[in-house]
Amino acid sequence: MKVLAIDTSNYVMGIALIEEGKVLGEYITNLQKNHSVRVMPCIEALLNECSVKPTELDKIVVAKGPGSYTGVRIGVTIAKTLAWTLKIPLAGVSSLETLAANGRFFNGLISPLFDARRGQVYTGLYEFRDGVLRSVREDQNILLSDWAQSLKDLAKPVLFLGNDVPIHQDTVNDILGDASVFGSISMYNPRPSELAFLGLSKPDEDIHTFVPNYIRLAEAESKWLEQQNNSL
Amino acid sequence: MGEFKMKDQIILGIETSCDETAVAVVKNGRDIIANVVASQIESHKRFGGVVPEIASRHHVEEITFVIEEALRQAGIEYSNIDAIAVTEGPGLVGALLIGVNAAKALSFAHNIPLIGVHHISGHIYANRLVTELKFPLIALVVSGGHTELVYMKEHASFEVIGETRDDAAGEAYDKVARTLSMPYPGGPHIDRLAHEGEPVIKLPRSWLEEGSYDFSFSGLKSAVINTLHNAEQRGEQINPADLAASFQESVIEVLVGKTLRAAREYDVKQVLLAGGVAANKGLRSALTDAFADIPAVELIIPPLYLCTDNAAMIAAVGSVLYEKGKRSDLALNANPGLEM
Ligand SMILES: [Zn+2]
Repeated sequence: MKVLAIDTSNYVMGIALIEEGKVLGEYITNLQKNHSVRVMPCIEALLNECSVKPTELDKIVVAKGPGSYTGVRIGVTIAKTLAWTLKIPLAGVSSLETLAANGRFFNGLISPLFDARRGQVYTGLYEFRDGVLRSVREDQNILLSDWAQSLKDLAKPVLFLGNDVPIHQDTVNDILGDASVFGSISMYNPRPSELAFLGLSKPDEDIHTFVPNYIRLAEAESKWLEQQNNSL
Repeated sequence: MGEFKMKDQIILGIETSCDETAVAVVKNGRDIIANVVASQIESHKRFGGVVPEIASRHHVEEITFVIEEALRQAGIEYSNIDAIAVTEGPGLVGALLIGVNAAKALSFAHNIPLIGVHHISGHIYANRLVTELKFPLIALVVSGGHTELVYMKEHASFEVIGETRDDAAGEAYDKVARTLSMPYPGGPHIDRLAHEGEPVIKLPRSWLEEGSYDFSFSGLKSAVINTLHNAEQRGEQINPADLAASFQESVIEVLVGKTLRAAREYDVKQVLLAGGVAANKGLRSALTDAFADIPAVELIIPPLYLCTDNAAMIAAVGSVLYEKGKRSDLALNANPGLEM
């Protein structure tokens, strides 16, 4: 079974091809470059290098967000179009869960995060139990200070992962003190091979209706809803 | 000599530049064998205009549905498709990206050539789905984002001889409609209202400098707003239908006047109307009247469903570009400011 995994939800672009018990190939960059230009040529190059034809793929796995709206959409559009047209299953995995997988041997809670500007982050809480990554608290968009406060009450060590951790490291330290643990830079890129393996245990999505998990409404929509509520 | 078998050329077109998710299949550049358009207009109405982020989200929801429906209607296999033509620009970047990336995924999965297409050239080629083009020709392109006169000496050759220096005609329509408190999209409302009124209010005609084929509609739009404002201050009532009629007359007089002059100067065989505003009844009838006296020039006005955004027009351009050998690679990007 050959699985192609695609993650374009943030600056990190990751493409992986796995087969039973083996990572055939994996490509990761952490660059502020245009995903739309690079993803398809990268998928083509990786499959060529591994001598795998698109029609030989058995499953597509995609990081479904949260992250950059445009970035997530590029990956999801490619993934659902490929899965639909090749008539193979599609699985979606949280972009944060993918990043959390880098904390495999940490004995405690894992908080993967992406910066969401103005002191906010996209984050969630995960934990490895019996070698399986489990969600402890669902992915959300929250003020980092509020998030850190809420973790304090758990009185457990929390590992923070992600390329945006340095932006928030001081705030986290101030609030959590010794309970906060930070990964090394080499653990900060989400890995598409982890994404691929996580996707193996996810249910097949309904391809046509599959959409990113943006977490947030579009700005115009939340303003509109606010107006509707005010006028009631 | 061996047996020669003519093969039909089949192009799959994909268009997502604004608020329509559209996929079509066109045979031999002329025959529509499938044309599916999923419009988001109902979703955008509550915001009074197209919201780019919402448009992009809808495109992701619709894209594979619409492709599937088009292929089902056409009753073709991937092996029948010679090329996939997709709008690469201009348009809303987030919206364009969905069509471009879906097209690239299809192209890669089935090893089908990919061709990036300019949206406005698509509007022009909508006319080829009505009748064969005869060169040289002039196309008047009027839409929410464009007002252009394009000269074509042959297939796939586009020379912009005039364009708007500020607002597009469609934009001016929407703004005037908003001033008259009409719902979005305002163009059709103004068109309808104009037919109920008389063009009795004096509004400027923006001909610009002698010989120019460029357009400008922001002055006219301001004149409409000032007229309403001044009347209000004097405590007078202005009949909105008369104002709409006067505005429409000014826009159409300039559009038709410049098109006529270009048709004569370039000695063309055809004049084509293209773009969403081509649905405007006032413009259609004024052009028809103007060219009735010039039998040497054939005026082509596509049916309404080919004037608004669709993918058949994109496939129609793709057809001639394919013949000319144009190919795009998998690095094809959305280009919101793409030049013609
Ligand atoms: Zn258009």
